[in-house]
Order: sequence, then structure tokens, then C-alpha cells
Amino acid sequence: MNIFYLFIAGTAASLVLIPFFSIRIKGIITLAAVTFITAVSAYPAVLSLMGSNTEFLFAGSIVTGEIPLRIDALSGFFILVINFTFLTGAFYGFQYLKAYLSRVDPVIYSLHCISFILALSSLIAICSIQNGFVFLIAWEIMALSAFILVMFEHYRKETIRAGINYIVQSHICVLFIMTGFIWVAVKMNSFSFDAVRNFSASSPGIINLGLFFCFFIGFSIKAGFVPFHTWLPHAHPAAPSHISGIMSGVIIKIGIYGIMRMLLLIQLDYLTAGYIILIISVMSGLYGVMLAIIQHNLKRLLAYHSIENIGIIGMGIGLGCIGLGTGNRMLAFLGFSGALLHVLNHSLFKSLLFYAAGNVYQAAGTMNIEKLGGLIKRMPGTAFMFLIAALAICGLPPFNGFISEFLIYSAMFGGLSSAGLPFLLILVFSILGLVIIGGLAIICFTKAFGTVFLGIPRAALEREPVEMGIGRLIPMGAVMLPIVAIGIFPDIIIQVLSEPVNLFFGGSGFNFRSHEFPLLGIMKSVARCSLGFYLLAGSLFLIRRMIMKRRIVSAGPTWGCGYAATGGKLQYTASSFIRNYRKLAEPLLSIEIRKKGVTGIFPKIVSQESHPYDKIEGIFIDRFLNLIGRVTDIFSFLQNGNLQYYILYGLVFIMLVMTGPVLYDIMISFLGFIDRL
Amino acid sequence: MISLILILTAAMFFSGIVIRARSIASGRKGPGIFQPVKDILRQLKKGSVFSDTTSIIFQIAPVIYFASILMGICIMPVGEYRGLISFDGDFVFFAYVLAAGKFFMIIAALDTGSSFEGMGASREALFSMLAEPAFFIIMGSLALLTGNTSFSGIFSTLKFGSHINIALGALTTFVLVMIAMIENSRMPVDDSRTHLELTMIHEVMVLDNSGFDLALIMHGVNLKFAMYGALIANLFIPGFGEYITILIFFAIQVIFAVTVGAIESFMARFRMNHNPQFIFILSSVSLLIFFAVLLVIGKFS
Repeated sequence: MNIFYLFIAGTAASLVLIPFFSIRIKGIITLAAVTFITAVSAYPAVLSLMGSNTEFLFAGSIVTGEIPLRIDALSGFFILVINFTFLTGAFYGFQYLKAYLSRVDPVIYSLHCISFILALSSLIAICSIQNGFVFLIAWEIMALSAFILVMFEHYRKETIRAGINYIVQSHICVLFIMTGFIWVAVKMNSFSFDAVRNFSASSPGIINLGLFFCFFIGFSIKAGFVPFHTWLPHAHPAAPSHISGIMSGVIIKIGIYGIMRMLLLIQLDYLTAGYIILIISVMSGLYGVMLAIIQHNLKRLLAYHSIENIGIIGMGIGLGCIGLGTGNRMLAFLGFSGALLHVLNHSLFKSLLFYAAGNVYQAAGTMNIEKLGGLIKRMPGTAFMFLIAALAICGLPPFNGFISEFLIYSAMFGGLSSAGLPFLLILVFSILGLVIIGGLAIICFTKAFGTVFLGIPRAALEREPVEMGIGRLIPMGAVMLPIVAIGIFPDIIIQVLSEPVNLFFGGSGFNFRSHEFPLLGIMKSVARCSLGFYLLAGSLFLIRRMIMKRRIVSAGPTWGCGYAATGGKLQYTASSFIRNYRKLAEPLLSIEIRKKGVTGIFPKIVSQESHPYDKIEGIFIDRFLNLIGRVTDIFSFLQNGNLQYYILYGLVFIMLVMTGPVLYDIMISFLGFIDRL
Repeated sequence: MISLILILTAAMFFSGIVIRARSIASGRKGPGIFQPVKDILRQLKKGSVFSDTTSIIFQIAPVIYFASILMGICIMPVGEYRGLISFDGDFVFFAYVLAAGKFFMIIAALDTGSSFEGMGASREALFSMLAEPAFFIIMGSLALLTGNTSFSGIFSTLKFGSHINIALGALTTFVLVMIAMIENSRMPVDDSRTHLELTMIHEVMVLDNSGFDLALIMHGVNLKFAMYGALIANLFIPGFGEYITILIFFAIQVIFAVTVGAIESFMARFRMNHNPQFIFILSSVSLLIFFAVLLVIGKFS
């Protein structure tokens, strides 16, 4: 029996079943369906990573023609990443939504479950479909189901704003991708991916570059490269946490998949494309983390970090392209494998961070980090996993984030020796970029972890926060496991990655045991270092415990310089923690600060508010929106609320439609008449 | 293994020499050079007081900080003597593992809920972030100059022969000394001797640590100094025999320690809000080094 039919049957059956059951069983059906779909699709994906592709030809219909499906190593890798995040997301979300069970409309709940399954299957479909037309349909299903997923709390004003923002921008994204496919279809009379390949083989370089960047812009709106990122920091905080985790973990990665797929299909000038991608990516990385630091909303902060991480992934892709362009196979391998590994890594630690943020949100009832504090004592499990994920996202050893950043660093430092002058300058620029990104990420996550989980509570909360049940901590632990494992066994993961990366070399594989760059040996050394770090820290801790047992240990208040009445208000807040940074970065950012200082002899209440704002969003989006708003305002007199007027408009319209052709005919005959004269 | 032992030995007397140099500069005789180590041993024997506000983070942070520095030392070679582990790109691991230790110290400071310690943590996070690019650019320049990307590869093939190279070596030494001063929170950026909380960085972060933890942190500073001393010594060691290497290593450590003492005696601390500018200067000097390397290997021609 064919695995593709099984996949479709599973999806369809669950979609039909969900509406007919009670709200509790809906969730269980969704879990079963997600498990089934991931298991079925994981099989060809794993096969492809072991070197055998799965191909299938659907008969399709008259409209679509034959639909070729193909799961090669690149698709397989992305499918596995998607599956894992959706699986943990489903189990986490099942528990997360329990808090809404009593007040949510069952229809909304069904819709949420259905969209969840649809999003999963459409993402898998996107990874395997080899026909542009059907690809776009799957893409649209994915975009719309993600929209419904985001809109779960549809009664909140900001959710609606974010949702509409998302759906508009994701259609601009579709527009670009569609333009790309139509461009090819007009010339080649076919929507299949092979047509894209043949088209690029027969057309000049500049056309290919144009075609590639048409696709690139489309896919990078989805992925969230600066300056196309503006939907992302709105949509992620508005969605429920499991959806934020999935969106940030895998849905934006489908943009990366698209970019990589197009790199494989279009034979373009890799060098130029690589330079452009690299520069855009460094900018995205820097801009993302710079804005992440100044956010007060925990989920928004994490959303800006997704932009940063997409930037790091893009840096890997850019370096890989440059490697292909200059024929430097080592550089290409390191770049692409760093990018792919970071795709996996980011999907892990970002989803874990969002799940932890979701726990905090439901326990404390707020996402404003200035109001939180001391949660580590109430929620130790959540705090621990947040800490691990935070260390990993900062790229610190011995966790997985370090491995992918190390690969990208290796690409950059390794590329130095063989590079020409322009490439050298760009390399130094990107090394600087990645170093600063790393440093800023540390500021950001020390701030986030320190203010949310450490110290004492900064404000009175509506309810006493308590740790979430084991039902949530288990899926979170399942995400944490690979974060730790990849850090300890990077040599294994690099061998798994070699299969998709070798696609870029067109047949001949990269020998990572080669003498000039023994990557496998290096990875083993990194693994030894990570293990050594664990061992050192662990044994030191044991020694410390043994010694402390024999010492007098007492507890007291925090040293307050003689001031005994220390309370939550005397602590450093998140804003004060980053004040030095904010002062430095102020010219590049736009932060609105509203101050009421001390005035007069009897000062009134003093206050200061700061509202971070996205400068690029201001320039690219809001300015145009204001312009459109001003133009349409001129015609606002038409919308006056009188039914009679509206009927009149309809009448005028119908008359215009009817008289238009008649008038046109008269004009033509009149012109003919003059002609004859 | 030898490099590890050498650096650990140097760490024993490094702070002693700094303090001694400072004492002599201010006209006092000063304590013996092993006094700081004796202080640490004494500290190890004391009990601890933990704040009620703190959590497990506060307890594990000093251990992880210390382990990160030891890890850094394991990678650091001394001349021909390789580090315990050596691989291409090991300096990336070096910088990142130290950053991991710093991450824990910062959150441990926030764990106490003290306004002073938050202040120190905020500064530490910013300044060490600003100092990082200079280190990476220097390592990149040296990698470009020697064609190697590991500490031992770079330092075993590095030779400052011609005039430009000597200028390069001087600039590199300057930047590395300054990075060491920042990383160890010393004079132009931070003053480890004042106890006015508003002016401190590192000291203010560890206000609540005591006993064993404080001893680890204090010895961590010694180790870090010796580690950066080894990094600087490596610029000058290559090409000599085995035993002379050890001699030069200790000589440079002593010179470095005396320099630190002299800087601390004769320089005033910067105003805290001028520190970023100073650290930016380091990054630009390191870029200068990079361009000089480009000149040397003839990329401009």
C-alpha cells in the first residue's frame, strides 16, 4: 500500500471525525491524528536521509496535471524537523488548551484542531510536492490554517490586528512565489519543478538571478528576514503558546526550505546570490537581537529572537552559496550544514522557550517581564528548561546552538585563507556580526531569565503561580533531550546532515574525513570538550557539596548596604538592566519614552514609560499604510451610513456597467465615421 | 598537559605580583607574592551565608564559572606545548565557554535580587559583549596570517620577523592586554579595590558570595589572568627550544603582572559611561591589525 495514500487517508479521516465528538475527545483525536501523520511521513523521510529517495506520481486532475511527489534528503530533513515540533507541540498544546476548555466555543476548538492537522499535513506536502501549482495550493492551505491557529483568542483586539497583519503579509509572500512560478510557466508551459530547472539551464545568468530573488523575497517574508519580518513579532505573541512555538519553530522554516529548494533548482550565479543573502542575513541577525533586547513582552522578545536566528541560518546559506560559487567545497559544506543544523536547533530551543513562556503566562497571567520575578522557586521545572533553552539559543557550549554556530564560524575562519579581497571584507563583517549577535543574545537572555525567574516578584499577581503538571513537562523534556544530545554528539548529527548537504554538490559527496579539513575529527574534539565541561562542572559541584557539608552554612537577607527593608521594588528591573545598552543603541532604534519628572515644590506622581517600536516597520509598513489611509480618507464621504445612498451607488454602478459598452460602441463608430471623413 | 600545569602554576603568584608591584609603586613594601593564594585557602575553610532570595542558580554559578575557566585553560597552548585538546576553531570554543561561565555569573547576580548586583550584572553583560569582537578579529587576523585556525596551529607558526610584523605584534599585545584587563575587571574599566558599589562591575556582582564560592571566584580571576598572560606570551614564544619556552613564559607572565600593577597604580578609572567608547577603540584597533595583516600577506596588491 502506498504511503502517500495512507497519509492522505489519515488526514482526511481525522478532519471528518473531529467535529462530531465532544470537546475532550476532539483533542484526543487530534493527538492520534498528529501521531499517525508524523509516523507515516517519518518513514520515507528517514529513508531519504539514509540515501534512498521516495518518488510517486499522482494522477492529479485536468487542472493540475500530474503531480510528482518526491522526498529527497532535503525534504526528508525538513519533514523530520516539522514532525518533531508538531508532535511535541500537539501534546503540549493539548494540556495548554485545557485552561480554555470551560469557556471556549466547541466550534472554535474544532476549528483549531482541524487547522492544526491541516497545517501539519500541508507543511509535509510542501516539502514533497514537485509542482509549482499544487505547491501554491498547499502553501495557501498552510498560510490559512496558520492564520486560524493564530486567531484562537479571536476576542482580543491585538489578536485580530496581528492575525490580519499576518494574513495580508503572507499573501504578499504568495504573490511573489506565484510570480516566480508563472514566470517559468509562461516560458516553459509547465508548473513542474523540473521546468524551473530546465528554464534556468537555458536562460542567461541575470534572468536566473532575477527569478531566484523573486522566490527569495517571497520565501523570506515567510522566514522573516529583515525587512520582511514585520508580521512576525505581532503574530507570535498573539497566538497561544504551543502555536507560537510551532510557528517560530517550523512554519517560518518552510521559508528556509523554499530558499534552499530554489537554490537546488535554479542554476544561478551562486557568488552574487551568496553575497546578497549573507549581507541580508547579518542585518537580520543584528536587527532581530537588537530589538529583542528592548522588548518587555516575553513572547515578543522571543519572536524577535526568531528573526535573529533566521539571520544566522541565512548566514550559513550565504556562506554555502559563496562556497559553491568559488568552488570551495569545504566552505560550502560547512555553510549549508551549519544552516541546516541551525534550522533543527532553532526549532528545538525556540519551541521549548515558547512552551516555557506559555507556562509562565498561564501561571502568572501576564507576559510583561517587569511584573514577574522569582518564578524559579514556584516553577522549578519550567525555569530549568527555560534556562537550558536560553543557554542553547545564545550558542553557548555544551548545547546544540553552539554546534551550529561553530560550524558557521568554522566556515568563516576557514574561508579567510582562500578568499579574495571583497570576500575577505564581507567575511570580517559577518564574523563581527555573528560575534555581536552572540554577545547581545547573552544580554537578552540573562535579562529574560534573570527578571522572570530570579529575584523576588516585582508586582503582586492575580494568583499565586504554581508549577504546571507533568503532562506539559514531559513534552518539554522531550524537546530538551535533543538539545543536550546534539551538544554531546555533534559528530553523529554531522553525518546525518551530510546527506541533504551533498545534494548541493550534485552527486559527488563531500568527504568530511579528508585530510585538509577533518571535520569529523573536529566534531569529536568539540564533543570531548563539551563532555569535559560537564565533567569538570559536575565534579567541582560534588567537591563543593562534600566540603559544604562540613562547613557552617546559614541563611540571611541579601546584602543591602545596611538598608534592611529590601523588597521587590529595589531590584534591578529588566529596563534598568539594559539601560546602558539602550543608551548606546538609541540612535539605531526608536523607543518612545513618556516621562513625568519631578516638578514644583510639591511634586505629583512621577512616572516613566518606554514603548519599543520597530523602526523598519515604521518606514516600510506604517508609512505606506498612513499614505493609503490618507488617500482613502478623501472618499470617506461616500460611506455615510444612509441605505438610500448605497442603493444609489448600486444603481449608478449597474448603469455604468450597462452603458459602458454601449458608449464604447458609439465612440468606435464615431471614430470610424471621422476616419471615413 | 604541560601547558595546563604551566598556566596553573603562573596563576599561583600572578595576583601576588600585581599587588606587590602596586605596593612598590605607592612606596610600600607590600605582602608576599603568595598572599592572595593564602587568602583563598583561608576562604576555602570558611562557612557560607546564602541569601533567602537566592535559588539553586546562585549555588551552581561559581562552580560553572570556575569550570569554564579551567576548560579555557585546557585549550590554551604554551608555545610548542599543545593544550589538552586542540582542534581547528578551538578559539571559538574558548571564547564561548568563557561566555557560558559569564552567563551564569550574571544570572547569579540577578538571583540575589539586590539592586547593586543587578547593576554590576548589567555592566558585565554589556562590556564583555563589547570586548568580544576585538578578540575574534585578532584571532581572525592571526588565522589569516598563519593559515591555521587553531590556537596551537596559529601560535606554533606565528613569527614576527619584519618591521610591519613587529608593529603588528605590538598592537596585538596592546589589544590582548586591554581585553585581559576588561575580562578581569581591572583598572581603566573597573576598579577591583573600591568598595563603592556604584563604581564597580565584577566586585559588585559577587557581594553575596562567601566561603567556598567566593574562593572559587577569586581563584577564577587569578586563573583568568594567567590564561590571558599565556595568550600574550604565545605571541613571543615561537621558535625557541623547550626549556627556554618555559623561561620566556614565566618572564612574560611576570612582566604582564607588573604591567597590570603599573596600570592600576598610574591610571585613573574611566567614567562608567565612557567605557563603551574605550572598548570600541579596541575593536577598531583590532580592525587595524586585520588590515595590516592584509597588507602583509599582499591581498591589496
